[in-house]
Amino acid sequence: MAKLILSMDGLVLKEIALTKERTTIGRKPHNDIQIDNLAVSGEHAVIVTILQDSFLEDLGSTNGTVVNGQPIKKHFLQNSDIIELGKYKLKYVNEAVAGQAKAADFEKTMVLRPGSVKTATAAAAAPAPAAAAVPVAAAAGAKNFSNTVAAQSATGAPVAPPKPAAAPQKNAALQLLSGANAGKELDLTKPLTTLGKPGVQVAVITRRPQGFFITHVEGASFPVVNGKTLDAQAHSLNDHDVIELAGVKMEFFLKT
Amino acid sequence: MTLSGALEVASCTDPGMVRSHNEDSIASDGDQGLVVLADGMGGYNAGEVASGMATTVIITELQQLLEKRVPYEIDAHSGKLVAHQLLHEQIAKANTSIYQAAQTQPQYAGMGTTLVVALFYDNKMTVAHIGDSRLYRLRGGELRQVTKDHSLLQEQIDSGVITPQQARQSQNKNLVTRALGIDPIVEAEIHDYETQPEDIYLLCSDGLCDMVSDDDIGLALQTLSSNLKLCAQHLVQTANDNGGRDNISVILVRVLRDYPAPRSIVGKMMSWFK
Repeated sequence: MAKLILSMDGLVLKEIALTKERTTIGRKPHNDIQIDNLAVSGEHAVIVTILQDSFLEDLGSTNGTVVNGQPIKKHFLQNSDIIELGKYKLKYVNEAVAGQAKAADFEKTMVLRPGSVKTATAAAAAPAPAAAAVPVAAAAGAKNFSNTVAAQSATGAPVAPPKPAAAPQKNAALQLLSGANAGKELDLTKPLTTLGKPGVQVAVITRRPQGFFITHVEGASFPVVNGKTLDAQAHSLNDHDVIELAGVKMEFFLKT
Repeated sequence: MTLSGALEVASCTDPGMVRSHNEDSIASDGDQGLVVLADGMGGYNAGEVASGMATTVIITELQQLLEKRVPYEIDAHSGKLVAHQLLHEQIAKANTSIYQAAQTQPQYAGMGTTLVVALFYDNKMTVAHIGDSRLYRLRGGELRQVTKDHSLLQEQIDSGVITPQQARQSQNKNLVTRALGIDPIVEAEIHDYETQPEDIYLLCSDGLCDMVSDDDIGLALQTLSSNLKLCAQHLVQTANDNGGRDNISVILVRVLRDYPAPRSIVGKMMSWFK
């Protein structure tokens, strides 16, 4: 479950779990997080939490709300965001992200009953103070699934945002050794680079976290690497490999 | 009726890098213009059972029905297009089978599945879907998502709570608002689309689109269109390279030529008298 850690001058003051659909922040005592400081407006900001996601919204405060150094009006909170209100700092911690290594068993698809979803989204869309009922997810059968979303978020963590593909450390390029364009270089920056003549012979070089691979795509003849004809399988490329394709020779090399 | 030679179909399914089971299920019949993909959910192996039941019921029943029924005609009883009628009935049948198994056998309690089906006929395609399995189209180098997920995130996007960009960062993935086999009755979303030669259609489970960006999917479809099988394998491999957190299934359909319905004068006359 997500929480906020309130601190001032590096000193942790308290931790606040984001259990409510709306968590208000302000100077006045009726706020869920009261910060008694003149730099903080009476009703300064609100955090709307929908299952595992939390959104921070400034409520037209005098001095504004800053997240990671940027003033915001509305912000989709991400793990370890720092919210600044005057001298105070609130760190957003989403344990769903922090504990994702163990979470694999839990991040299975579940069904939400349409009725309960309407409540959740409608409540978030209109900043109405009425706290909507906790949405109830239908137990989708797995033993770990619990009936309420609140309990679910306490035990399990849904999928983490996809990380961008871990690109191989090194860059690589091809240098043409024969043909009309001999001497020219072709940088292999895209995830996929095709070589050859469509309809005659085409191969593709894929850029993967493990390195670069060449695969036959179309045509009767297969590419040749260092004098050896490839089969339909992907072939891992090494520095200074010589590729022959559609009558053109080229050298694969890694760039530093 | 056969579409032999009009469509090229390739597919690939993989458990991914994290899961031990593959709960996705795929089936296709290129000659009948029929492709089905389901992403099951539920404990132990119940997810596989649900998705397997969905694809098996729908493909085998439709294969038989399409021998007798003509998808582009109007059904005399319901007044609906036969394609819609058939999909509607067979999805209902699959739903009932899964629901009843889940109700009667404790190990299957609560199982369900998403579904996306495409039926090609008469230069058209009818798409039915439930949940967050998707159908994309590549036409003229542009990738477009055709189906709209039945999911919490999609509802939040529709109501303006979050943007599609923010949705990719959300922790609320995997919450579908509709699934096959969870309730006694389910409504599939069914739409018709015109197809064109050279179009490429991609059916996929969320294990692909959660792990691979639309840009990378589009690039793969465009670059590897001449080798559809390789393209399907490449998409699965990219999802695995990016973490492969869920099962990944991909069905690719390329339209090779026009496939208009046979429309002779006699045929039209006959249909008036039916």
